Amino acid sequence: MSARSQILDGIRRSLHRGELGGEARAAVEQRLSAPPRGPSVARAQLPQPEKVALFCQWAEANNATVARVSAAEVPGEVAGYLARNNLPASAAMAPSPQLESYDWASQKMLSLRRGPAGALDHVSITGAFAGIAETGTVVMTSGPEHPVSLNLLPDTHVVVLREADIVSGYEDVWARLRTRYGKNAMPRTVNTITGPSRTGDIEQAMELGAHGPRRMHIVVVRE
Amino acid sequence: MQSTARNFKHNAHDALRDANLQDSLSKLKVGFSERRRQAAERLPEFEALRDRARDIKDHTLANLDFYLEEFERKVLALGGHVHWAPTAEDARRIIADLCKGAGARTIAKSKSMISEEIGLNDHLETLGIEPVETDLGEYIIQLRHEPPSHIIAPAVHLTKDQVADTFLEHHRALGFTKRLTERNDLVAEARQVLRQKFLDADVGLNGANFLVAETGSSMLVTNEGNADLSNTLPKMQIVLASIEKVIPTLEDAAVLLRVLARSATGQESSAYTTLNTGPRRAGDLDGPSQYHVVILDNGRSSVLGTRMQDMLRCIRCGACMNHCPVYGAIGGHAYGWVYPGPIGAVLTPQLIGIEEAGDLPNASTFCGRCESVCPVRIPLPGLMRHWREREFERHLTPRTVRQGLALWSFLAQRPRLYRRLTGWANRLLAVFGRADGRFRSLPLASGWTRFRDFPAPQPGGTFHTQWARQRSRTRP
Repeated sequence: MSARSQILDGIRRSLHRGELGGEARAAVEQRLSAPPRGPSVARAQLPQPEKVALFCQWAEANNATVARVSAAEVPGEVAGYLARNNLPASAAMAPSPQLESYDWASQKMLSLRRGPAGALDHVSITGAFAGIAETGTVVMTSGPEHPVSLNLLPDTHVVVLREADIVSGYEDVWARLRTRYGKNAMPRTVNTITGPSRTGDIEQAMELGAHGPRRMHIVVVRE
Repeated sequence: MQSTARNFKHNAHDALRDANLQDSLSKLKVGFSERRRQAAERLPEFEALRDRARDIKDHTLANLDFYLEEFERKVLALGGHVHWAPTAEDARRIIADLCKGAGARTIAKSKSMISEEIGLNDHLETLGIEPVETDLGEYIIQLRHEPPSHIIAPAVHLTKDQVADTFLEHHRALGFTKRLTERNDLVAEARQVLRQKFLDADVGLNGANFLVAETGSSMLVTNEGNADLSNTLPKMQIVLASIEKVIPTLEDAAVLLRVLARSATGQESSAYTTLNTGPRRAGDLDGPSQYHVVILDNGRSSVLGTRMQDMLRCIRCGACMNHCPVYGAIGGHAYGWVYPGPIGAVLTPQLIGIEEAGDLPNASTFCGRCESVCPVRIPLPGLMRHWREREFERHLTPRTVRQGLALWSFLAQRPRLYRRLTGWANRLLAVFGRADGRFRSLPLASGWTRFRDFPAPQPGGTFHTQWARQRSRTRP
């Protein structure tokens, strides 16, 4: 008997039944194809402007910094943030059409390289698939336009997030994923990130900058 | 992992005398538990979410075979691989073969309690493969050759100074010669040392908080980002998960995530929650080209359909141990195996046998705090009581306890004799204890009086006589 059937048959034996069939099977298949939502979290059920404000509030509560700017101001805000924090004016940037739409050439001091992060990159700039107002979380999907390493390797992660991409909760992100990638389909990696990396492993005290970025700066773009 | 659960009483005595451990444990009350209370109060829907989380897990367990097959189907369709491991030995062999096949010398591991359960690190080391723990707490205890003492904070038993000494000893050869005194400096040094390990690793191995059947995704929750680096940089990702980790849909994951972080550390959300689905896609600029999931049973399927099934709802948040007065007094190592605290007292006898771990379900005051904070409402005291019953049935309970219980049951079935005896004892104790109101020592009760005084009975007779008097007075 294969290891697979050993486990599956063991489960069925314990549950005192054979393989699911008939109505029982139809019921679980139905639940899988039309997933029921859990209790909704009232604090994030807001009109869009308040939702954006809630996102910013929670992102800051989780140790990210937030700037709210117009599309034209994005490159200036990024260069300014790096200068204000004495960070290098060079970055690895995600090769995405959204980011390319900003006028980076206006920032003469800023040197950008498109592609995944390497061990020596101190700063990364990426877009975001969505923002979650309930917890101030940004959502990243992997693909040719967004290498995962940019979310993790550099010390500083600058995220450019459009106001229109801020949603209430996880459930809205799942709905967007199904629309964008198709039902039951997912990109290789979805990172949902809430503030900079941290650890509570020494004496239960939270310290920032464990393995991922030490700083997360979120540029929220008005439209 | 080798169990010392059999020596629980001895372990517990040692733990009570360990000053460093007692210092670390004193922070539990003001740390995780207080933060959990605040997080629960901030979210009005928290109790409703707990009910829902319990229902989701119950539904999944009742259809576990279906959801596992569904998960497998999705992974295979994306070019990933699923390996089924009925036993710990099977899982060790599968993972070792995968590592050997990849020509791996170093594997970057992120925290996985199941890898502790199957003793993976020792096995890989015997094959010349270096497993590097990358979660900070796991890294610290790996350097010290210690097992984890907590399921989410494996080094919670250590003080900052102990960590500083450990780093100085092990990092000196790497050029770090200064003894550090600040927590953030310790974190920074570990980050620097481990960064190179991530870049060198051939394989990334991680556990899973959930496997999502709907999409074939493995879901990981961390604060450090170590799991994410380990499943992004190396060319092969191995996910090690037990059968009960599967859940139906992403919507179910949203519910469970909301109770998980709050119950564990009192955070609104952990810093990183990551879904990995299959290997890297055409056009992706990074990510592993091979994706393997190892699904472990190791005795779990036999719990389904029994009174003990509820233990499989566990989402490993650690709230039960953070709130347990016994764990708070002795820490995790005294429990002697992988899973400490109330969930360990229930799970360990199932996984390694009640003969070995019989003391654990007895190490409880039945105060019920564990059940009251469990995000999936596992009736932990009830399950511990069930283990005690099984021990008694199988004559594993110590002779003195059995004789005591036999004597009590003889008396309890003879109410008149019981009342007469307790009445005498009561009067006797009242007479001898009148002077101090307490006893410093008492024949046959030295187990009690060695640690605390025994109170002398108050005037008014036994509970039974007072009860009878009360009733006759209030009755019309």
